[in-house]
Amino acid sequence: MIRTFGCDRQPINQIDHFSMLELQGIAVSPGVAIGRALVFDREGYRITRCLVAVGEDEREWERLVDAVKQAYDKLETSRQSTTAQLGERLGNIFSAQQQILHDPHLQSELESLIRSKTYSAEYAVSEVFTKYASAFRKATSTFLSERAADIRDVERLLLEGLTGQPTATLKQLPHEAIVVSHELTPGETAAFDREKVLGICTEAGGPGGHTAIVARGMEIPAVVGVGNFLHNIRSGDEVIVDGHLGRIIVSPDEATRDHYMQRRRFRQSIATQLEEIRDLPACTSDGVRIELMANVEFPNEALSCIARGADGVGLYRTEFLYLGHDQEPTEEEHYQAYAQVVRDMQNRPVVIRTLDLGADKMGMTMPTEPENNPFLGLRSIRLSLRNPALFRIQVRAILRAACLGDVRIMFPMITTLDELRSARFLLRSVSEDLASEGKHIQCAVQVGMMVEVPAAVLMLDRFIDEIDFVSIGTNDLTQYTLAVDRSNDSVADLYQACDPAVLRLIQRTLQIASEKKKSTSVCGEMSNNPAYALMLVGMGIRTLSLAPAAIPILKKAIRSVTIGQCEAMAWRALRLSTAREVDAFLMNQLAGLVPEIVLQA
Amino acid sequence: MRPADKLVRVAAGFQCQIELERAGQIADCRSILSLLTLGATQGSELVLRAQGPDADEAIRVIRLMFDQQFDDLNVEQST
Repeated sequence: MIRTFGCDRQPINQIDHFSMLELQGIAVSPGVAIGRALVFDREGYRITRCLVAVGEDEREWERLVDAVKQAYDKLETSRQSTTAQLGERLGNIFSAQQQILHDPHLQSELESLIRSKTYSAEYAVSEVFTKYASAFRKATSTFLSERAADIRDVERLLLEGLTGQPTATLKQLPHEAIVVSHELTPGETAAFDREKVLGICTEAGGPGGHTAIVARGMEIPAVVGVGNFLHNIRSGDEVIVDGHLGRIIVSPDEATRDHYMQRRRFRQSIATQLEEIRDLPACTSDGVRIELMANVEFPNEALSCIARGADGVGLYRTEFLYLGHDQEPTEEEHYQAYAQVVRDMQNRPVVIRTLDLGADKMGMTMPTEPENNPFLGLRSIRLSLRNPALFRIQVRAILRAACLGDVRIMFPMITTLDELRSARFLLRSVSEDLASEGKHIQCAVQVGMMVEVPAAVLMLDRFIDEIDFVSIGTNDLTQYTLAVDRSNDSVADLYQACDPAVLRLIQRTLQIASEKKKSTSVCGEMSNNPAYALMLVGMGIRTLSLAPAAIPILKKAIRSVTIGQCEAMAWRALRLSTAREVDAFLMNQLAGLVPEIVLQA
Repeated sequence: MRPADKLVRVAAGFQCQIELERAGQIADCRSILSLLTLGATQGSELVLRAQGPDADEAIRVIRLMFDQQFDDLNVEQST
């Protein structure tokens, strides 16, 4: 995806790297990170800064001329040694790269960006080379598209010369850092080095995007959808990523840094209290047991679920199998990924959701027609039903893994009864196949559906007899109910899970499911917020599925309240008329009921 | 890549302006990126144009290079 930076739209006098800059984005992965920024351009390479002060252009140009000379000499060394060892033919590759370096058109473009637009040498190089590389990559001839790699090589050499250090790529960060970028691709996020990435902050993206998913899975604090700001930050700047409030602070002043340090200490102090209740059940103070399950993305998270005292896995997202890979996962890859979680969870329930790809999570393996409205398009269960061969592979692996423990299968985004029936039909036929192959399979696998489309809520009385359990996906339910694309920066603020309309749909779902004694859980991000979660408990929810990292604090909250207090909270919340009122009311209640976990601002 | 590289080296030795045209797109022979952007592959039809004091000689040498498929003979010396 090629997008332009906001750089030249900004008046230059706004560039002041020394004063504090606060930005609001969308909080997608909780936690606070404080560290040094590493700024990446859209191709995943680091750029150190965008613009320089007026009058510094001559110095920037000289830096570039030096870097060109250095790069030329390096290429000359490579050319001579390669020619000596492997012959002139291969040596000439470097001579062509030298030609690129000295190309008069390239040079004049670089000079004009530096001199008339006050671009830094690095930024000018990044812009011009990206332009050529993408023009070449788009070319139909493979010869030309391969030349894009030569251009990238020369660019890397130049950037190394300018910054005096090897260029960092997202896969190999030189040191711990906060990754700052316009947007990250699924491949980039999947290749993240958890040890080095302290926090993530992107200009684009939304709560359901892959950056959000991977960040949550890796428990990296992240804020996305910040809007254009890359021109105001450079690598090395101190940055605070506040993954609770969705705030980014560049070059914080002392008071702000102190404030965050204090919050960090606060969090560490409650962490000890949370550790004390780790092995105690999540019961209200009057003894109502609430099951706290974990949402997981990757197989290796099962152990951290156990460490957090999760009662099971309430949502095993399986999209990671498709992200960042060039080929469709095999049945064995599916099976191993599921088996690991089922074994690690030691007979605790594991709810595996079938493929929920499409829209913003589209993997690279299934090229489909571009859609005008991906969220209303071929995604999730629709995509699976349209590709039965692919769907069967996943279902086979789930049924096989079901022999190892308490596995339940869940279909996402069910909208019509026909979809549910088709999915169940395929499930039955796969299990018959397995049986006829003599494979031992578990016959009593529970089947559930996600409720995330208003149509499913309205028709739930017809679905309910054909399923064993219901799980409410509040993220999509909110998006489809309020008609808000949560990844669209301009309307993201309208996305409120606590909107009264959403609460009514949840209430209706619970009512219908409980009449038929079918268990209902909530597995959206709504459960991560203790205030919202207590209200859900008050509405009658007894199973919540949330990010593993959020479990201890919610358990603390549940153990501090009575079921009557939760019910009173829900009763009053359901009588409010706007999302803002509901949110303010719930946060206020939480502060009153469980003051220990609420940091006073 | 190699022919483009050679062509730029040779073109740089002349004072005249040298252009290659392919399907309406014009490339400056002094710029390897410009030449590569033409996307010309073996068999592509090209128009060679030169303007300046040593234009005739430039045309002769570059023609020779194409005729000999940028190979063997060290054309650079003949300039």
